[in-house]
Amino acid sequence: MTDGPLVLGIETSCDETGVGIVRGQTLLVDAVASSVDEHARFGGVVPEVASRAHLEAMVPTIERACREAGVRLQDLDAIAVTAGPGLAGALLVGVASAKSLALALGTPLYGVNHLASHVAVDVVEHGPLPEPTMALLVSGGHSSLLLVPDVTRDIRSLGSTLDDAAGEAFDKVARVLGLPFPGGPFIDRAARDGNRIAIDFPRGLTSGKDRQHHEFDFSFSGLKTAVARWVQLREQAGEAVPVNDVAASFQEAVVDVLTRKAVRACAANGVDDLLLGGGVAANSRLRALAQERCDVAGIRLRVPRPGLCTDNGAMVAALGAQLVDRGRTPSRLDLPTDSSMPVQQVQA
Amino acid sequence: MSDVLLLAIDTSTSAITVALHDGSSVLAEATTLGARGHAEHLAPGIRTVLDRAGVTPTDVTHVAVGLGPGPFTGLRVGIVTARTFALAVGARVHGLCSLDVLAHQGVVSGAVSGGELLVATDARRKEVYWSRYAVEPAQPGGIRRIGDPTVSRPADLDADVVALPTVGRGPQLYPDVWTAGILSPGELRSAPVLPGSSEGFGLIDVSAAALAELVIQRLAAGDPVDEHEPFYLRRPDAVPSASSAIARSALG
Ligand SMILES: Nc1ncnc2c1ncn2[C@@H]1O[C@H](COP(=O)(O)OP(=O)(O)OP(=O)(O)O)[C@@H](O)[C@H]1O
Repeated sequence: MTDGPLVLGIETSCDETGVGIVRGQTLLVDAVASSVDEHARFGGVVPEVASRAHLEAMVPTIERACREAGVRLQDLDAIAVTAGPGLAGALLVGVASAKSLALALGTPLYGVNHLASHVAVDVVEHGPLPEPTMALLVSGGHSSLLLVPDVTRDIRSLGSTLDDAAGEAFDKVARVLGLPFPGGPFIDRAARDGNRIAIDFPRGLTSGKDRQHHEFDFSFSGLKTAVARWVQLREQAGEAVPVNDVAASFQEAVVDVLTRKAVRACAANGVDDLLLGGGVAANSRLRALAQERCDVAGIRLRVPRPGLCTDNGAMVAALGAQLVDRGRTPSRLDLPTDSSMPVQQVQA
Repeated sequence: MSDVLLLAIDTSTSAITVALHDGSSVLAEATTLGARGHAEHLAPGIRTVLDRAGVTPTDVTHVAVGLGPGPFTGLRVGIVTARTFALAVGARVHGLCSLDVLAHQGVVSGAVSGGELLVATDARRKEVYWSRYAVEPAQPGGIRRIGDPTVSRPADLDADVVALPTVGRGPQLYPDVWTAGILSPGELRSAPVLPGSSEGFGLIDVSAAALAELVIQRLAAGDPVDEHEPFYLRRPDAVPSASSAIARSALG
C-alpha cells in the first residue's frame, strides 16, 4: 500500500526513545534508542536517567528515522505522541518535541494512549484490526485484558493486575536467580533448558472466590514471593538452585494464567480474535501456549514481531494514522501529559 | 545583523518565556508565570509570538535556548522544544547559561551599573544555583561570568558573595542569608526588563527578550554561542521506579 497519511510517532514513556513513521498501514521505519543499559546496574528504570537519555536521543532519533525512511519532515501529514501513561518526566520530553514539530511544520498533533498504541501497532504487520478484538497487553508496567471494539475510540478494560505487572514479575524473579536486567529475555532463554512442571508454583486468582471476583484480573506478587522463598530454602539447605527448572516453572505459571484468562475472555465476550502486545509478548512460551489454546478454542491469534511488542515509535505512528483515517479530532498545543492515563482514554 | 529572525526560549525559572528578535529589536514576547505547566504553555507561547509578529515558523533562522541551570523537567521541555523546532525549520540552535541572562537583565534594567553582581536562583532542595559576574560594558550583554555555575546551600556562600547586588529568586527565598537587601523586593519585581519591553516582570525570572538580546550581542561579537548541553549540576537520583525490595528481602 502506498496511500494513506504519512505520520510520525514519538514514544518516550519509559526508557526507549522511539520514533516511527508509517504511511497508512505501511511501516516505513522504526528507530529506537534505548537507555536500558544505563539502568541495568540499578535493577530497574531510573526516571531521571531515562529523561536525560530522552533529551540526548530525541532529535538524533527523529533525524535517523527520516533518513532511513527517505522522508522529509515537510512531507508529514501528522505527528502522534504518547501522552501517557508512563514516567512523567520522560513523557514530557516526547510531548514537547512532538508539539514543536507539529507547530513548526503546521501539521495536526495527536496525543495518544501508550496502551492503545500497543494494540494498534499490529495493523502494520497483519492488516486492519477485526472489530472487536481482544487484547492481552503484558509489559513491565502493565498486564491488562482489553476488549477493543474500535482502537481509535472504544477500549474497555476487562481486567488488569492487582499488584505486579507480568514483566515486573519476570524482572524480579530474574534478580532472585542472579540473571541480568531486564530479566524477561534471560528467563525465556534459561527456561528452554528447564522442566516447566518441575515445580508447581501458584497460579494467582484462578480458583475459588478469587476467580469469581477477579475473573479477568491478574496477580503475580504471590508467585514472585513463592519463587523467592523456594530459592531461599534451597540455598539455606546448601543445595544448588536449578536455575533452568525454576525459570521454566515460573514462566509456565505466568503464561498459563495469562493465556487461560485471555481465551476465557474471548469466549465470554464472543470475540474470535486475540492480540498479544507489550514486551512480555516477546516471550516464546507465551506465544506457543497462546497459539495452542487459541487453536483449540477456534480463536485467531495475532502477535506482532518482538520488536513491535516492546516500546517503540512505530506503534504511536500506527495509531496516529488510524486516528487520521477515521477523522478523529487532533489534540491542542496545550495538550498535557498524563502519567496515569486510563486505558479507556485513547486520545489525550 | 540582517535577515535574522531569532526565536528565544527559556524554561529554567518559573517563567515560561518566549520572544522573537529580528537582529535589531524584540518583535514580540510572551511569558507565562508559574512553576508548573511548562509543557502546556511553551508551544502556545511560541505560536503567540509568531502570530503577533506576523511571521511563519519557516521564517525563523535562529533558535536560542536557556540551558539552565534550573529544575530538570522544565529545563528539558525548553531545550527539546528548541532543538526540534530548529530541526524542523532548518534553523541554527544557540544555547547559553540562563544565569547569564539574569545577569544581563540586572545590567540592562539599570539595577546594577558597575562592580560585580550575583545571580542566585531556586535550585529546590534548600539550595540555589548561583554565579558571579563582573559588570563590563565592553562585553556583549555588559557582563562577564566569573567561574562556572554552581549549586550550593545558601548558608555555604561566602559573606562577600552574598553581599553583592543579587538578582534571581534566591534572596526572596532565603532572606535570612541575603540580609543586606541591596535590591528591594519591589525593585526586583518591577524593574523593566528591557527598554521598550512590554513585560516588566523584573529580575526574578529569566526573560526571553533579554535572552534574545544577549545572544544577538554575542553573535555580533563573533561568539558562536554554540553550547547545547543542559547545566544539570547534579547527578540523577539513582532510585529505580519499580522496587525490587520484596524479592530481595525474601532472599534474606
Ligand atoms: N522474552 C521475554 N519473556 C518475558 N518477558 C520479556 C521478554 N522480553 C521482554 N520481556 C519483558 O518485557 C518488559 C519490557 O516491556 P516493554 O518494552 O513493553 O516496556 P515497558 O516499559 O515495560 O512497557 P510499558 O510502558 O508498555 O509498560 C520487561 O519487563 C521485560 O523483562
